[in-house]
Amino acid sequence: MSVGFILLVHTALDRAAQVARHWAGSGCPVVIHADRNVPEERFDAFRAALAGNPNIRFVEPRRRCEWGTWGIVGATIDASALMLKSFPQVDHVYLASGSCLPLRPVPELRAYLAERPRTDFIESATIDDVDWSKGGFDHERFTLRFPFAFKTQRGLFDRFVTLQRGLGMKRSLPAGLVPHLGSQWWCLTRPTLEAILGDPRRGEYERFFRSVWIPDESYFQSLVRLHANRVESRSLTLSKFDFQGKPHTFYDDHLQLLRRSDCFVARKIWPQADRLYSSLLSNDPQITKNAEPNPGKIDRLFTHAVERRLRGRPGLYMQSRFPLSDRDNGKSCGPYSVFEGFSDLFEQFESWLSKTTGCRVHGHLYAPDRAHFAGGEKVYNGCLPDSAALRDYNPCAFLTNLTWSTRGERQCFMFGPADNQYPTDFMTGDPHAQISVITGAWAIRLFRRKATSEEVRKEAARLQRIEQAHVERLRAHWAKARIRIWTLAEFIEAPMDHLQEILDEVSPRGARRLTEAPRLTDLTGFGRFLQELKNEGMNLHVAGDFPAGFDPAPLQPDTQRRYVVK
Amino acid sequence: MTEAPVAPPLSPWMATRMRWKRRRLLWRAFLSRHVLRPVVDRTSEIAAGDVLAFTTLRNEIARLPYFLDHHRRLGVAHFLIVDNGSTDTGPVFLADQPDVSLWQTSASYREARFGMDWLGWLLMRHGAGHWCLTVDADELLIYPQWQTRPLPALCARLEQTGAPALGALMLDLYPREPLGTGLAPADPLEVLRGFDPGPYRARRRARDGALIVQGGTRERVFFADTPERGPTLNKLPLVKWRRGHAYANASHSMLPPALNRAWDGPGDTRLSGVLLHTKFLPGIVERSVEERTRGQHFGEPAAFDAYYGAIAARPTIWSEETLTLDGWEQLCALGLMADGGWR
Repeated sequence: MSVGFILLVHTALDRAAQVARHWAGSGCPVVIHADRNVPEERFDAFRAALAGNPNIRFVEPRRRCEWGTWGIVGATIDASALMLKSFPQVDHVYLASGSCLPLRPVPELRAYLAERPRTDFIESATIDDVDWSKGGFDHERFTLRFPFAFKTQRGLFDRFVTLQRGLGMKRSLPAGLVPHLGSQWWCLTRPTLEAILGDPRRGEYERFFRSVWIPDESYFQSLVRLHANRVESRSLTLSKFDFQGKPHTFYDDHLQLLRRSDCFVARKIWPQADRLYSSLLSNDPQITKNAEPNPGKIDRLFTHAVERRLRGRPGLYMQSRFPLSDRDNGKSCGPYSVFEGFSDLFEQFESWLSKTTGCRVHGHLYAPDRAHFAGGEKVYNGCLPDSAALRDYNPCAFLTNLTWSTRGERQCFMFGPADNQYPTDFMTGDPHAQISVITGAWAIRLFRRKATSEEVRKEAARLQRIEQAHVERLRAHWAKARIRIWTLAEFIEAPMDHLQEILDEVSPRGARRLTEAPRLTDLTGFGRFLQELKNEGMNLHVAGDFPAGFDPAPLQPDTQRRYVVK
Repeated sequence: MTEAPVAPPLSPWMATRMRWKRRRLLWRAFLSRHVLRPVVDRTSEIAAGDVLAFTTLRNEIARLPYFLDHHRRLGVAHFLIVDNGSTDTGPVFLADQPDVSLWQTSASYREARFGMDWLGWLLMRHGAGHWCLTVDADELLIYPQWQTRPLPALCARLEQTGAPALGALMLDLYPREPLGTGLAPADPLEVLRGFDPGPYRARRRARDGALIVQGGTRERVFFADTPERGPTLNKLPLVKWRRGHAYANASHSMLPPALNRAWDGPGDTRLSGVLLHTKFLPGIVERSVEERTRGQHFGEPAAFDAYYGAIAARPTIWSEETLTLDGWEQLCALGLMADGGWR
């Protein structure tokens, strides 16, 4: 009762020798196949280093093992045959590579396999059901021919694939063979392996698989289905792939993670990871110190890594993440609210809003003099300075930086026609933005400024033009923000209802009744003011139809709120 | 839409211009070999696959031991250094190091495109086929997991993912005290603890598609009113060098232009690092006074008078929002660098 290891090596021979010595020393036969690309002198040195060990055999002649070609399968077959012939005591054969590292002591593996003497551990999924491969081909691996090497003859490879597709070339599978795919690293029982190697149709299968793409992921995986007694479709080797189908490498810092693996062998290991080799290459449980297996933890780490790599974090613009426009997952980092006209209509609106919602409420962030951060800060979260010059150098990046460095906390800010209008389009197209506009409310400030009528008229005309253009952009068909627009006259009819509507959205979970109303600015005479402007030829239509003698009453929190009964 | 524009493929005209620009730069680098006088040439010890570091410096003895140590620990096998007329003991110190090859020149730093011509020649001569790290003596490269994964591991990862270069953000570190006070320690990171977590703004230059990242400390403190003069903070310090590559604008951008687009993508995140910038060590004040008179600064020297003046006034850069440097995990979480799936 024993397990034998087949070791396919091509680089880092010293590490491979170290692992081979460990296994052979633990009483496991090891058959090593070294790539023919390994120079003769290096191979000789490698062989000399392992010479005299009765448990170690070398496969000769060596084959050239180019990635994705038959050579790897050929080498595996040669090594398996040698293993079965030379070591009759072997019941399980474990296929590993030179960059594999045992995670658990050999006795544990032996005990595990002894409990399952008839089980073949090989990942094997039908191509019809499962999308196993990452990129590349599925069916076409089997129906096309691949005489050219992917890595060294890429041009020919691609052109030949295109040609076959164009001609509709297809070849048929050997009768009775159902193509399966799976990890290259398996552990098979002696009877299964003998049946595969001794199959009378082996010549036919070999001819077929010689021109299959990446046969090492399909040859044994398919044939095992014809011969095996009991297939457990998983690999005992821990190997993780990134989204490009490249194996993840394990380094010293993965030690704690690898201790929690339920696999017996891990690949690939960075050859210079001294700490991994010294901590895991032992049969002494005191040294390997394996913790309770928790493979989910490893999975989560690598799934998260792939997710982060592919999608990045929303709203982050940096050296190595600069999304193409409209292909990012979020222009800004989190939701924010823009209030236009509210601070003109209400007295101390900012402090009221911040008290009511608990959000961070800024003044006019895009004001011409400087960015009015909450609390009058000169340098805000994330070292964001209030300099207008810096802000206007890239106004959208100012906003993305603000939402990024305050992530987790909703930002609210005031905006108006006197501010830098550049970010309008950015905000309009941003699903994170909530924009509420009271058009014409800025006129209240003019009304109270007590300037000459000539100045007021000019300024009003300018601001009205800007606001009109702004509102037009907000109504664009591609708008993604949550946008509400009222004229001043409309808003003032039911201010508390409108405020409640906005705030319900700001804090949906804590949707509360407004108990304190913001104080309306004194508007006595405002209607008259608008009429005078009109008399001078300046029609301030964005404010809506504001009656000349209208003086709104102070606001009351709406005590008789119309509850919706569900 | 007003957001950052998509990098369009270069127009045939611009591609041609860039090709000729690259040839011009390579030619300049080739010519500049004459001004370099070898002091110690140990380049015969360079082995295939070694990671090499290329540096131009002047009077940096205070930083050199730590600079060499840090990058040695990362796995740099050989340093190729051009000394531009140092008057301190730097050249002697460097000549004694077993893994340093040293050249000297007294030519103008400015006229050599801020040393890039000199390094261009060394890169051309010794860099091809190697991963080459081009850093200044006041820059320390770090990247995700740098303590446990040496540069060769990083380079293997970059090669595996098909990245021709590693981008890095220059992160200014500064002390809690006013500039120019205290003594320079052996480990600059002992006193330079603070950094600005933001704001960093990326944009793409329309001309050649190069990425430009600006923002950060120096902009906040010294260039708040003239952002267009603010320093460019993105660099491509680590490149798998091939004959025909050239640094265009210091090490901020490269030619051929395709190298500048290593990170171009739909919101995905590539592996990147951070160059810890140790400019604000106590010696900065005297140095600024000297730099001002030398007038060899990047860009228009006269325009930087105000900047040097501001440094001479010994300001305190530390603000309430300053963060204390804690490690690469912190920088990853802040979005200043990314592991690009390299966990």
